[in-house]
Amino acid sequence: MKDRWILSIFVAVFLAAFFIPFGQLNIQRALIEAFSLLQEYAREHVLLCLIPAFFIAGAISVFIKKASVIKYFGAQARKILSYSVASVSGSILAVCSCTVLPLFASIYTRGAGIGPATVFLYSGPAVNVLAIILTAKVLGTQLGVARAVGAIVFAVLIGWIMHVLFEKKQKSAETQPDIAIEEEPGSRPLWKTAIYFATMVAILVFINWGKPGTEGGIWATVYNTKWVVSGFLLIFLAWMIWVWFNKPERKEWTFSTWIFAKQIFPLLFAGVLVAGFLLGRPGHEALIPNEWVAQWVGGNSLGANLFASIAGAFMYFATLTEVPILQGLLGAGMGKGPALALLLAGPALSLPNMLVIRSVMGTKKTLVYILLVIIMATISGLIYGTV
Amino acid sequence: MEIRILGAGCPRCNEVEKRTLNALTRLNVAADVQKIKDINEIAKYGLLGTPALVINGKIKSSGRIPSLEEIKTWILEEKQT
Repeated sequence: MKDRWILSIFVAVFLAAFFIPFGQLNIQRALIEAFSLLQEYAREHVLLCLIPAFFIAGAISVFIKKASVIKYFGAQARKILSYSVASVSGSILAVCSCTVLPLFASIYTRGAGIGPATVFLYSGPAVNVLAIILTAKVLGTQLGVARAVGAIVFAVLIGWIMHVLFEKKQKSAETQPDIAIEEEPGSRPLWKTAIYFATMVAILVFINWGKPGTEGGIWATVYNTKWVVSGFLLIFLAWMIWVWFNKPERKEWTFSTWIFAKQIFPLLFAGVLVAGFLLGRPGHEALIPNEWVAQWVGGNSLGANLFASIAGAFMYFATLTEVPILQGLLGAGMGKGPALALLLAGPALSLPNMLVIRSVMGTKKTLVYILLVIIMATISGLIYGTV
Repeated sequence: MEIRILGAGCPRCNEVEKRTLNALTRLNVAADVQKIKDINEIAKYGLLGTPALVINGKIKSSGRIPSLEEIKTWILEEKQT
């Protein structure tokens, strides 16, 4: 398997090197755009945003006890709890995107049924901590918040509709215990964990505090003192880590952070290069002419939102790569409505992922699910575009 | 001893497998170790997160990467029974 991979990479690189007309001016411009975008990311987002975000993701995957959340997905759990927990728990349970599908399959077959399972399936990738952080930083807080809120709200809606359409009545006959793992006694009281996370998030927020548009006011005051505040928070964090966590835990945390970085960094790197090559930075045109972008996804028409939604649903986005791609599209003339539509349909679905879902739910339910996602994403886009 | 590592094929699951094999070698214990990647198969084990480690049908850890020490403890536990 590995060798076949290597061979196909060789072939692909060779074909690209052979056929791409590097002599042409627009190709040269696109190449420069690709690397300019990469430099922008390296200078503006890696140190202050990505690296802290990876540490936070690492912490979530190591220090938060999953069993206490998973019990809400059991067949015996109250439905309201299942739905609401399913819609936000993706941020805690599925920091690695590959966790979503197995958990979805188990909730669907042994747990609370198709409703909560679908809620989790949709919101899991969408409320991915790293993705929300990067979206807010690069594309703006408004879009980041809209993405998170839209994902949560529509996850519940989609799940509920799926439940209404498909849930079989007899499920309650399941008496065998479906909670697979005992709740491990926490080695640390909950409030300590909460403060630890709150501090990390606070540091992330403060070091990324944007320059205010106007002088004076709270925003500007925070901006002027942000490094001092962050400094104190950092010292507080270091103290917490030293006193509240033991050495093996610290090791596991850094190890987990490293695994995320190892997995996601190369993909993001490639995604930025591709986005830069095809779409360029805001204000700079690359390979794809701005007129095309404006024509297909500009403005806030039904067509634009629908197109963005459908394209997003089928396209595969490696974790975080939707951000530079969207940045390029927005800079080239995409409307903010279609942008949200793409954000809501893109990361949650892709052709390979649809096939896997189909192996769990069957073709009919999968098709309905895809349709619901596209419709919801389009509607959210239309609404957001007028805000 | 039967060991199953449940995971859809991402680096975290590979790390669990690596640590498990390492633990077995260090303890000099033989076991039938298999990686389960098919998500419907994984779902059959119950409501859990991946990566997950199952020894002799009992789920020892789910949703995280257990430490080498923990894995060694569980192997020794299962060896006793």
